Amino acid sequence: MSDVTAERWVRRSQDQNWVTRLLDWKPFLVVMCLLPAVGILTIFLTYPLGLGIWLAFTDTTIGRSGVWVGLENFEYMMEDPIFWNAVFFSVFYTGIATIAKFGLGLWLALLLNNHLPFKSFLRAIILLPWIVPTVLTAIAFWWIYNPQFSIISWVFIELGLRTTNIDFINTAWPARWSLIGANVWRGIPFVAISLLAGLQTISPSLYEAALLDGSTGWQRFRYITFPMLLPILAIVMTFSIIFTFTDFQLVYAITRGGPVNSTQLLATLAFQRGISGGQLGEGAAIAVAMLPFLIFATLFSYFALARRKWQQGESND
Amino acid sequence: MANIITRRSILGAGAAIAAGGQAVAQSRVQSASGVSAPTLPIESGATLRMLRPVRFVAPDEEVFRANCARFTQQTGVQVRVDFVGWEDINQQTAVTANTGAGPDVIIGFGDAPHIYADKLVELTDIAEYIGRKYGGWMAVGEKYGKRHGTNNWIGLPFGGTAGPLVWRKSAVNAAGYQTPPNDMPGFLEMCKKLRQAGKPAGFALGNAVGDGNGFANWLMWSHGASITDDAGAVSVNSPQTLASLNYLKELYPTFVDGGTISWGDISNNQAYAANSVFVTSNGVSLYFALKNDPATRAIAEDTEHSVMPLGVADSWPSAPLTLNAMLFKHSRFPNASKALLAFLMEQPQYEPWLDANLGYWAHPVNAYKDAAVWTSDPKITLFRDSMNNKFWNGYKGPITVASGQANAEYVLVQMYAAVASGQSTPEAAMREAERRARRIFRR
Repeated sequence: MSDVTAERWVRRSQDQNWVTRLLDWKPFLVVMCLLPAVGILTIFLTYPLGLGIWLAFTDTTIGRSGVWVGLENFEYMMEDPIFWNAVFFSVFYTGIATIAKFGLGLWLALLLNNHLPFKSFLRAIILLPWIVPTVLTAIAFWWIYNPQFSIISWVFIELGLRTTNIDFINTAWPARWSLIGANVWRGIPFVAISLLAGLQTISPSLYEAALLDGSTGWQRFRYITFPMLLPILAIVMTFSIIFTFTDFQLVYAITRGGPVNSTQLLATLAFQRGISGGQLGEGAAIAVAMLPFLIFATLFSYFALARRKWQQGESND
Repeated sequence: MANIITRRSILGAGAAIAAGGQAVAQSRVQSASGVSAPTLPIESGATLRMLRPVRFVAPDEEVFRANCARFTQQTGVQVRVDFVGWEDINQQTAVTANTGAGPDVIIGFGDAPHIYADKLVELTDIAEYIGRKYGGWMAVGEKYGKRHGTNNWIGLPFGGTAGPLVWRKSAVNAAGYQTPPNDMPGFLEMCKKLRQAGKPAGFALGNAVGDGNGFANWLMWSHGASITDDAGAVSVNSPQTLASLNYLKELYPTFVDGGTISWGDISNNQAYAANSVFVTSNGVSLYFALKNDPATRAIAEDTEHSVMPLGVADSWPSAPLTLNAMLFKHSRFPNASKALLAFLMEQPQYEPWLDANLGYWAHPVNAYKDAAVWTSDPKITLFRDSMNNKFWNGYKGPITVASGQANAEYVLVQMYAAVASGQSTPEAAMREAERRARRIFRR
């Protein structure tokens, strides 16, 4: 009987129609399951990105579809001092703000990692600047930096320390530093809370062992905290650099790229040319010019900070 | 109709709602007799859709809707009007023009019909009719209406408003002037005295679309300079521009402490309302904001408007912000659309609307100079002549995409700001403006 049954079973298996066989075929199933995700990514990510890159090679304006002009937009950009100024300020803004945010953020995280009274409450408060919508931050700073109504100027004048208003955003360099200040204020909580999470994953036994060996505080930081924190530092720094480099709202709301374009970031300049000025092609070209910087920043964070073998589960050399 | 009108709307719209019967008798507006309207047989089954910018004041919208309702009553054509935010109307116009679908009529801002000229139905017949009947088109109305270098109307200007000098009578009088001097050296002298007296002037030199460009244009035009010549070629590099830059170099140090290079469109309003600035330039909205707030009513009472110093200009050197209607070729009911536009410009409709706007918008055809609104408050009478200016954005060249772009990218504002801040010499700033203008006006 069993022979017969086996025979029948084999025969039925051969009878399976093509749909069933297709669904049993693993590569097909993989494709089917991935399709929705790939579709969404294509429509909402690849297409807009591709369209943006395509626009950079055309002379499209708002109100008129353009024609292919090759590298013309980029050639103009290369000789446009306003573009180079935006490149300079974007890099400067990102560089200085990131260093400041990480310095102060790490310090804050180390402080918060100690046993303090009202620890949870303090940690929640630290997050406030990050929670406030950026536009509100920007408006607040716009008032703080206002050339006539700045509260800081007012305090200094009332105390008799100055007779004139402080120049925050009326000339190029003060405006640049003021914007960096606003960005740092807003960015510290993200860094501090992320690094605090990283600090708490470090096993206390490492510190205990180090204490028994008679280590100093600096040595514990240098040889335990810092290396253990590096992986999360790399991730947080990558995010932070991307957020800062592509910042738009703070600059647009506080200075609108002024005085005389000295605080244009690539993002605000792209908007200014593309949307306000209506030159979608030129605006897209400026936006595309941001890509190499972002790719470089990402690769730098990964290769410079996160290439230790133990991070991939192997032992350190 | 009557039962949906609330008490509030009657109060708000004033005489306007009742205008159908009464305004004709009360009006002082003289229209020419014997001018026959163009025959526009309205297509059967016509319905219209219109976009226009949102109101300044509530009665604007109420009277406008009531006028359209009366058109429906008289012709049976349903009209739907959508009020669109000022920032959005350009984009919506662009989409309408490019897709060939959407509203039949859009009332946009000044340059829009010139940008989409190829997509529009000419309005020459109704424009000439309105002009003949109502005392002729005023200078900049005609400029914004006609396609460059032709007599073909592509836009129908509905109104405009220019930016005058706004000043505190007490401060100017204390400095020894009855009214601000109309010549450039005299104006500079007054600003110096005001600064010494601690009651300084302040004009926006930041990236402010309205106020920044308005101030930069005044500096250009009062010195006889222009960004383009009659043919539209870049002409910013000129001795006149240089003279204006040198003038600003002397004028800027007299401005309010803290400077105006970071000023946005709202900054001069704030500074003026806070007694920080005593002479500035702004549209009529500043005066009404001060007047309607009990806390600042005293400032409003002390406020006067006058034309910006002319310099060498022969008319008020300010480009009025202009409402400009256009009719799209994709409309299935062009006659009905034209009939509606002409209907809205006729005295029984237009005058109540003009009055309801309290002076925010000024008429583009001469006859409406006698509308009641212009004598309702002596401080706004000046705005009556807004459309008599012979200046527009991009003066002296044609109105194009490029003239709008130069405005939006602050080419002139930044030229002046660079000199005021000491960042550039006048020559270098002018060359940089020329470089940017050449790029923008290259097509």
